[in-house]
Amino acid sequence: MAGIKAFDEMTSAPDGVRAPYRDVAQWLADTPAATLEAKRGEVDLFYRRQGITFGAYGAADGHETTIPFDIIPRVIAHDEWKYLERGLTQRVKALNAFLTDAYGERQICRAGVIPERQLLLNAEFVPLAQDLELPGGVHCHIAGIDIVRVGERDFFVLEDNVRTPSGVSYVLENREVMMRLAPELFATMGVLPVANYTEELLATLRSVSFSDEAEPNVVLLTPGQYNSAYFEHAFLADEMGIELVEGTDLFVDEGRVYMRTPRGPQRVDVIYRRIDDAFLDPLAFRPDSMLGLPGLIGALRSRRVNVVNAIGNGVADDKSTYVYVPDMIRFYLGEEPILQNVPTHRGDRPDDLKYILDNLPELVVKEVHGSGGKGMLVGPTSTKAEIEEFRAHLVAHPYDYIAQPTLALSTCPTFVNQGVAPRHVDLRPFVLSGKDITIVPGGLTRVALKDGSLVVNSSQGGGTKDTWVLGPGGQPASQTQSQS
Amino acid sequence: MLSSTAKNLYWMGRYLQRAENMARLLEATQRTALQSSKTEAFDVAEMYGLAEAFEAIHPDGELPQLIDFMTLNAENPSSVFNSVRAARDNARAERNNLTTDVWESLNGLWLEVSAIARRKRGVDHGAFVETVKKQTVMIAGAAQSTLLRDQAWNFLSLGTYLERADNTIRILDVKYHRLQPDGAPEVRDGVDYYGWSEILTCIGALRTYRRVYRARIEPRRVAELMILRRDLPRSIHHCLWQLDLSMRELADLYGSRGEADRQAGALHAELRYGRIDDIFEAGLRDFLEDLRDRLDALSHEIGRQFLLD
Repeated sequence: MAGIKAFDEMTSAPDGVRAPYRDVAQWLADTPAATLEAKRGEVDLFYRRQGITFGAYGAADGHETTIPFDIIPRVIAHDEWKYLERGLTQRVKALNAFLTDAYGERQICRAGVIPERQLLLNAEFVPLAQDLELPGGVHCHIAGIDIVRVGERDFFVLEDNVRTPSGVSYVLENREVMMRLAPELFATMGVLPVANYTEELLATLRSVSFSDEAEPNVVLLTPGQYNSAYFEHAFLADEMGIELVEGTDLFVDEGRVYMRTPRGPQRVDVIYRRIDDAFLDPLAFRPDSMLGLPGLIGALRSRRVNVVNAIGNGVADDKSTYVYVPDMIRFYLGEEPILQNVPTHRGDRPDDLKYILDNLPELVVKEVHGSGGKGMLVGPTSTKAEIEEFRAHLVAHPYDYIAQPTLALSTCPTFVNQGVAPRHVDLRPFVLSGKDITIVPGGLTRVALKDGSLVVNSSQGGGTKDTWVLGPGGQPASQTQSQS
Repeated sequence: MLSSTAKNLYWMGRYLQRAENMARLLEATQRTALQSSKTEAFDVAEMYGLAEAFEAIHPDGELPQLIDFMTLNAENPSSVFNSVRAARDNARAERNNLTTDVWESLNGLWLEVSAIARRKRGVDHGAFVETVKKQTVMIAGAAQSTLLRDQAWNFLSLGTYLERADNTIRILDVKYHRLQPDGAPEVRDGVDYYGWSEILTCIGALRTYRRVYRARIEPRRVAELMILRRDLPRSIHHCLWQLDLSMRELADLYGSRGEADRQAGALHAELRYGRIDDIFEAGLRDFLEDLRDRLDALSHEIGRQFLLD
């Protein structure tokens, strides 16, 4: 894209190769394009045969496609990861403290840090979650924090996802594929493993049961096989060895949740739900929902079953709340934020709105409640007509939008039709909170496959890469001299 | 294991069996029809309670139309096309509980069936039936040699044998009475050789008959083979024996027994100790009708006992 010069994670160094990428660069130099092409073919076949598919909502006839996988790994040095890990842990701790407070005494509002209307008038605020005292005070058990990089030491949090973040199955499958495709390279670089994610997830889920059963019964609640992330639901349930259930597999009796088995009813202690709040319980939320379980929220409120992630988490990852997260960190933890937010202008503030309207061609404008890259304007890559159309929405509904500078997301070498070329990437690490906070090293690297595109969402033509976090013995990034 | 898993596997077993049975039945009927009248078509439709639906679309009721109706018609809930689709949908929901071999062979059948169904003209129904027969045998083989013998297996087995028993009863009921309207076991003047061999072909047992009896075809023996012969895989006795076995295994696994266990045991015992002379004395038609009612009751009871409904 004209005008934006991005930091390249492999080549932005005085000698042309950053230290953590030295082996990858060598591998690329030694491997003929035809071999890479053949490897890519193998991958596609593998994904199709495994049925690892993704159906975007609204795609014609719910067609199943595989998300393109790029065969060049993205590398994160050990010291970089340690920094990210500290920042992520801090951020998720604060988000959990905030959610406990938001549905408790709202001290953060009394202290004047966040206006109370930001919570109470927020469409994502769930009054039924008020005064829920959850095990360990944990509300976001599984958080997917989207991180972008713009320079050698500049990482920003783009978005927090603490409702039902998805994508972790790709982290695990991509690793499987990559270990097959480039075993020598993998072995040379001392990459930290990710395969223990599902074990950690199960331990996290078990640790937040209300009951003191030694082995609480955990189930994964899916909307069913027509959901775009169904593959992931089935995959995780299978890996954890727990039942994959739909609403109709469960029932509530005397305030307890049971699953129907041929042996008879079996009690359920923890529900890892991959259904949105609104559809969870027709008695509490949308009465027309066929996906949920009538009486579930009653059972939750009488502390007989825990629901993961907690209900009402939307008030914490809403784009209008996002701007307050650094203040939450200061307020609850008394620390300075390690990871920074992207500077954000809010449509509901008159000064900000004027700035946004004056600078539309340079900004990225997002809908506060939108997700998946829809309802979004990327100023620099949009036509005049598109910008004007968006301007009209903005003027009509300023409260629904925020705007951020167009960040030059870092690029990574990517194997595209024209050969190896830099493409923009982001990173979604998955943070588990139970008794402790656990982060499996790495996360989902999403890559915008179109030249110059900054939109990495899979529903918008993005692909994924395996993310290699190097072990303590690997090449540190700090030896690389920053170019700028 | 969830009840919904049990249910999906049970229905996968039923639908697969239904598709296979239909393919065999059509093949046998087609062969006989070359030598006899056109009432064949209505017989088959009647067997599945579809005579009216078929007549509504094809008042002339020619055999080629029946075959199309029973194989590829998307409106006919019992067509092979719909049975395969239903079996595949059930399997898809339970991929975690099936082996790759079973899933791939079943999905392969669905891909072939749907590809043929998309062709508007020039469909070779004979080849279609042949494909279904071959591929369902492959799926059964894959299941036999790769599936874990756990509760899931037993539910697949319950569905398979309930459907197969039901199918053998339907064939006997309709075809036998066309050949012997009064249901009498003895033939007065000559045997409709093609008719009787067709019945046996429906359950793939023509050669078996010759091996077992080493005699010419007699209605009483045909009935005996299809009802009481335990070692014939499509006989009613064999099906109820296998059904009872699966019920016992589940009872052992769950440490409890219910009404379905009692009914399965009673049915099995009746076939095991039954005699063909007694059956004919009481009347074959009544016997078959009673058996079908009791199989319906059993399937209902299985649904209730294992929370499948």
